[in-house]
Formats: sequence, structure tokens, C-alpha cells
Amino acid sequence: MSDGQNDISIEALRSGDKHEFARMVDTYSGPLYRLALKMLGNEPDAQDVLQNTFLKAFQHIREFEGRSKLSTWLYRIASNEALMMVRKRRPETNFTDTVQEQDEDQILDPVQFTDWCCLPEEEFLTSESRAALDRAVQRLPETLRIVFILRDIEGLSIQETSQALNLSESAVKTRLLRARLRLREELSSYFGERLDHLKK
Amino acid sequence: MSENEQPTCQTLLCLLSDYVDGELSEELCREIERHTAGCDNCRVVIDTLRKTISLYRASAAEPAEISTETRDHLFKTLNLEDYMQH
Repeated sequence: MSDGQNDISIEALRSGDKHEFARMVDTYSGPLYRLALKMLGNEPDAQDVLQNTFLKAFQHIREFEGRSKLSTWLYRIASNEALMMVRKRRPETNFTDTVQEQDEDQILDPVQFTDWCCLPEEEFLTSESRAALDRAVQRLPETLRIVFILRDIEGLSIQETSQALNLSESAVKTRLLRARLRLREELSSYFGERLDHLKK
Repeated sequence: MSENEQPTCQTLLCLLSDYVDGELSEELCREIERHTAGCDNCRVVIDTLRKTISLYRASAAEPAEISTETRDHLFKTLNLEDYMQH
């Protein structure tokens, strides 16, 4: 059995082949680090999540049955580690975050109706705009944030996202819709202001 | 939804993700397009939702890499230094 995309041998991993482990680390550390960084918003915590993900992968590789891709299994471990880290940090979160956690089950009706798609393309590429995109993701409740990152940033399918998070596909779809609608509101507010500024 | 029945704004909201992901039937897509032709707010919501998703996907199109320092530290912690490919 091999990891289809990258030809990493699962048998070699299971037998403790360190050369194959090193190949796995090099193949997946980039995407897993990006997931952790988007979830946690700071580099030291993201590095801890990355390290713990591979430590757990080494410990539990014999339990990997190959029912999902190796990458999905690693995303699953990394997602759990990142969610645990977010929850550990919770006492430091502010009141606004708590309110957002409570209403994460609601589909928010759109309130922003500015059409900002017509902004010049370079407006979307500035470091300020990229920072606004990152801030918006950080403000999502973590249960929505992880779904959005896996599906729309890491590009997992709905089925792979549901396997990584141990959720039903319908729960993934519902959370994804909520996350996307919240992000649209945030970006509409930011880019709407940019549009007003350019019109002046 | 029947051929003559138009989706409401609220119904459309629940179908949005599937619609922008291209996962709805042709019939439902036509219903939504008929609705948005007469509902400017829903048209804007769909267009800006598509743009929102495309901006995040574009930001992820760059290769995900870790710094040399992070990689060195990771391999050291995992006791894999002897297996690092340079």
C-alpha cells in the first residue's frame, strides 16, 4: 500500500523505516504548518502543532488502516492538535469571541450588500488586504474555522473534510456555509470601505 | 421545487454553498438565476461569496513551505536528523 499522491510506502512507515518517515515529514510539513498557522495565528503555536502531529503520527502509524488517504489522516491529527491548542488558550480570549462561539450554529442573514467585486485586482493583492483575509479567518469560531481551512484553503473534498474531522458530510456542508457567509460579511465590510475610499 | 416556483431569498441562502460549488441540479440553478435576475441583493451576495472563496483559494495556491530553521528544529525533535535530505 502506498500514499497515492506522493508514493510514500505505508508498509515502510509501519515497519519503522526512518527514511520513509523523513520523506513523509518533508512532504506534508508545509500544508500542515499552514493549517496550524491559519488556525492559531502565531508561529510558535503552529510549530508546536506541527511537531505534535508528527510525534502522534509516529506513535500511531500501526493503527492507520488506509481507509482514508495518508494526507487526510495527518490532517485529522493536526486538526485535533490545533483545536486542542485553541481550546487551551480560551481563558485568554475576549468577550466578543465568547459571543461568537455561542452563535456559531446560526446562519447569519446577509447584511452587507455592497458589490466590491469590481475593485481593481491589485486591491486584493496588497499586504493590507491579505492581513484582512487572515484576520477574518481568525475571527471565525474554531469549529467553523477548521472546516473552512480544510475545505477552501487546503482543498480537501467534503468527504475528506468529514473524515478528517469525524463529522457527517451534511455537518461539514452546514459549517462550511456558515463560515463562508461570515467571511463574506467581514470582507464586504473591509472591501466596501476600500471601494468608498477609491470613489472619493 | 416546481418549475414555476421561485426560491425565496431565505431558501437561496441555504443552497448557496452547493450553488457556488456547482453541485446543484441544472433545474435548481435555473430557478436561482431567475430569482437573482430580479433580486439585486441576492445577486450581490452570490457574486461576493464567489469572490470571497476565490481570494482564499488564491492565497493558498502559493506553495506551503516551512522555514529552514523550523525544518531543522522539527527533524531534530523527531530524531530524524540523519535522514534529512538537503
